[in-house]
Parts: sequence; structure tokens; C-alpha cells
Amino acid sequence: MSTVNPATRLGDLVRHRVPAQPAGPQPPRSPAVSLRGAGVRVGGRTLWSGVDLEVGAGEFVAVLGPNGVGKSTLIKMLLGILPPAAGEVRVLGEAPGRAGHRVGYLPQRRNFDASLRIRGTDIVRLGLDGDRWGVPLPVPARFSARRREARDRIAEVVELVGASAYAHRPIGECSGGEQQRLLIAQALVRDPELLLLDEPLDSLDLSHQGAVAALIGRICREAGVSVVMVAHDVNPILAWLDRVVYIAEGGAVAGSPQDVITTQTLSRLYGVPVEVLRTSDGRLVVVGQPEAPALHTDRHVEGGGT
Amino acid sequence: MNWAETSAGWSWNPLTDLQQIWAFPFMVNAFRAGTVVAVLAAVMGWFIVLRRQSFAGHTLSVVSFPGAACATLLGISAGFGYFAFCIGGALVIAAIPRVGQGGSGQESALTGTVQAFLLACGFLFVALYKGFLGGVNSLLFGSFLGITTTQVTVLTIVAAVALGVLAVIGRPLLFASVDENVAIGRGVPVRALSVTFLVLLGAATAEASQITGTLLVFALLVMPAAAAQQLTARPAASLALSVLIALAVTWTGLIAAYYSPYPIGFYVTTFAFAGYVLARATRTLNTAMGRHRFAGAGAVA
Repeated sequence: MSTVNPATRLGDLVRHRVPAQPAGPQPPRSPAVSLRGAGVRVGGRTLWSGVDLEVGAGEFVAVLGPNGVGKSTLIKMLLGILPPAAGEVRVLGEAPGRAGHRVGYLPQRRNFDASLRIRGTDIVRLGLDGDRWGVPLPVPARFSARRREARDRIAEVVELVGASAYAHRPIGECSGGEQQRLLIAQALVRDPELLLLDEPLDSLDLSHQGAVAALIGRICREAGVSVVMVAHDVNPILAWLDRVVYIAEGGAVAGSPQDVITTQTLSRLYGVPVEVLRTSDGRLVVVGQPEAPALHTDRHVEGGGT
Repeated sequence: MNWAETSAGWSWNPLTDLQQIWAFPFMVNAFRAGTVVAVLAAVMGWFIVLRRQSFAGHTLSVVSFPGAACATLLGISAGFGYFAFCIGGALVIAAIPRVGQGGSGQESALTGTVQAFLLACGFLFVALYKGFLGGVNSLLFGSFLGITTTQVTVLTIVAAVALGVLAVIGRPLLFASVDENVAIGRGVPVRALSVTFLVLLGAATAEASQITGTLLVFALLVMPAAAAQQLTARPAASLALSVLIALAVTWTGLIAAYYSPYPIGFYVTTFAFAGYVLARATRTLNTAMGRHRFAGAGAVA
């Protein structure tokens, strides 16, 4: 049994879509993510197949489902780390892995080691130019336009996630919520069009979950960044969601939260009676949802399907 | 500092002292070799500490002992043995699949097994080469006597190549070291970088072993970097500091060893250890004072 408990009442959820309106004319954007009949295999086992999904520009989509069903695998496929076993996958109009820094990625996170002596700003900086060869020359920022530019961009994005107060501290000394904000800044620093977030709220306590969810929702709305977020619990993000994708062993259903998280839809998806209950405060509880069979690997192991 | 008083040459004037020391060609070579090795070891060590691969560094240094013993047994220069075994060992460690993320811990049992076996091989080589036993001490605990100019040249070339490669891969390597998953997502060739780093580490260990001896390699490879990272979390600053500490430790170690009958390995290690303890104490003191200050403002995170 797992819970899907929206914080807000589904019925009177009023969603104001603020359309992304960047300054100046922009060419029409292709869908951020498009999957047609996509399937994936890990270790000879088909995790899911026949998945159709389209994530429009500026949309916030949650990927839900029980543990071990292949949610993180979907993200890895979109990053181009794992090839799709079937179907067609396009990310920002290109093959997965080709969109480069137009995609920001936040992996499923263990916390940074407390003894890691690297500042938060350095972590953010790695998101900006960490994949470039060579080492930056120790030229003072006064003499290097590029260095100034990088410094300003980092300050800007750190400010955006509200991490200015602790970004100069070693990352190992920051709390889980602070680390998560800095990592979101790292994913955002190159101004991506698509954010792929793998359980960003997982390691946070409840109050931080709400704050980080609001931050991601705000970025999605205000900057028009498409967000695909793997979540174990839809509760903290429901207010911001345009669509959910529910993955079960084999297939998936996509649609608005109201349409998907229902007794009928989930029962049909899982092929067993599943019941969606609504508590008095409007939270949803899913009862009877089957857990995926164990993969015989730790769920944090690379390539393990979660 | 008894040795300072008892040694006739010590004058407390650094300039005349160094002049006196450098009057001997073997001491000049020792300083040259020590400087080269210190710089390379400090830079590599900085990455080792960040990547938590100290155990790999230790293994490679232990592997250098059978390397040197084997080379001596075969009648070729020990330097070849150092490099061949260390780089070979690095490739073997690289071939061991890393289970999990950032998990140098998982492969430790296998690495430890191979390490013990090779150490035993080294012992066998020494036994086979009768009359070599006097050299075991210096192989294990370091010596600065008899470093030839050719050796210095080889050390310098290898160090220059290693540092050059490191300069090219430095930034992606840092990315892969602290944030492997995001680096993979960004298309950084994490696996290739890891192998390259291990090979460079093999070269650096082979160099450091020739000064500090097999068992005390950490004195130059890990201690300066660990101390530097205690003092600052700024990458550029701690890297520079690491090199400075390694140089200071090597030079003072060489001077101390020159004026006293005790081995250089002891001095270098002791000074490096003192540096680490000082750095650690400084940081603890800073944190305590910072907390005190914050507590007043009520802003403890």
C-alpha cells in the first residue's frame, strides 16, 4: 500500500496556467519530451513498454508508481544513458542525450558526505562548466569577462533558489534541504528548457518538501521550464501539476491527476482492484497498489530500476 | 631539537645552511627530486582525498615494493620496477568494476587481497636476491641518498606529463569526483576519467615511493591534501595550499634528515602529520568561534 495524498482538494483545485512568455518572439518549441510506444529493458527484463507521453513546453509532469517499476529508468532513458528497447523517444526535438545543456538533471540523491570540503557555489559552478576540458586559469575576476559572467550567473541562480545564505559553506555541512536547493541551482544554472528531477523531495522533511516543491513549481511557471519529476508521493507537488504519468509493471497511463488517480483508472492499470480513498482533508490514499517484483538489486544501484 | 645543536653545520641562517647542503651534488638531486615529487603528489592527493580513493593510493604504493624488488632482482633500475608495477596495478584496480556509486569501499576486499599477495611476492624477490636485504629498509621507508641526475630527469618528465594530463582533465574529473551522476547525465566520460586518474595515480605513487618509501607514501600523497582541505573549501586555494604544504614538508624533511642520523621518511611523515593536526585544530577552533558568533545572533543552521 502506498499513499498518494494531494495537499490540496482535488475538486476545487484552481490552476492558473501562466503561459511562458519570454521576451521577444521565439520560434514555436517542439514538445519537451515525446515518447511513442516506448519501452525499456534492464537486465533482460522489460520494465515497461508501449508508453506514450507528450510533455509540452512549460508543463509540470509527475512520474508516479510503486518502487522498482522503472521511474528512474525513464529519466535515464530521457538523458540518453539507457537506450529505449522499443518505440521512439525525442527530447527537445532531438534524440535523448543530444540536447546537451538544454536539459537540467537532478539525480536521485544520497546526501553529500559530511566531510566533503567543497563549497555549494563550487557544486553549482560544476553544473555551469564542469564538463569542459581544461582547468580555469586563476585569473582574478577583474580581468576576465567570462569569469565575471560565470560568477554573476551563479550568484543569480543561487539567489533564485534562495540559497545565498549558505552557498559559500562546504556542501557537506549543509542540511538536506539546503543541499537540494543548491543542486536545483546546479541543474538550473545553464538555463535549461527541461528539468529532469528524480525524487527531489525524497530525503527532505515535510516542511522542506513543501518549500522545495513550491520552488520547482515557481521555476516551471515563471521561467517556462518543462519539468518531469519522479515522485514517490504526489502530495507536496499536486498544486503545481499539469499531468501525472502512473507507471505500473508493463505499461503506464498519463493524464490529469483528477483523471488518473482514481479507483477505475488505477484498477484497470494494475489489473487488480485498487481503491483511491479521499480523506476528510482532501488527501488521497491509494489502497491495494501492488509493489513491483524485486529486482534483486539495491534500488540505489546504478541501472537498478526504480 | 637536539640534532640541530649537535650537527656542526647548523647555523640558524637558512641561506648559508642551504648553500652548505647544496654543495653536495647528491643533496641537490635530492632537493630536485623531492620538489618534483612533492608537487605531483600534492596535486594527485588533492583528487584522492576528494574521490575517497586513499585505499587505492595505499594499494599502489604497496605494489611498488615488489616492483622495485623485482627490478633489482632482474638487475635493472628500480625506477622501471616502480613505474611498471604501479601503473600495472592501477590498470588492475581500474578493471575491477565499481559496484554502486562513489563506492571505493565495495572493492576494498578484492583490492586488499591482491595487495597482500603482491607484498608477499616482493618479500620473495628480496629473499631470492640474496645480499639485498640492506636495501629493504630504504625501499620500505625511503631514502634520499644516491638519486642520480638521470633519475631526476625521469621523475621530472613523468611528473610533467602527469600534470599536463591532469590539467586537461582536471575540471571534468572534479565534476565526476563530487557529483558522478550529474556528470554522467551531462555526458562526462566518467569511466574513462576514472581509469585515466588511476593510471596517473600509479605514476604519482611510483614517484613518491622513491622518496618516502613504499610504506610512507601517504606522507606526500594524502596528508598535505587532507590538511589543505581542512583549512579551506575553495578548490583553487586548497589545491595551492596542498602543494605548498607538500613542498614545505619535503624540504624541511630533507634538511632535518641531512643534519641528523635518522631517516628522511620519519621526518617527512612527522612534519606532514604535524601539518594535518595543526590544520584540523585550526578548523575546529574556527568552527567553535564561528558557532559562538552565530549563537549570539541566533542563526545556527
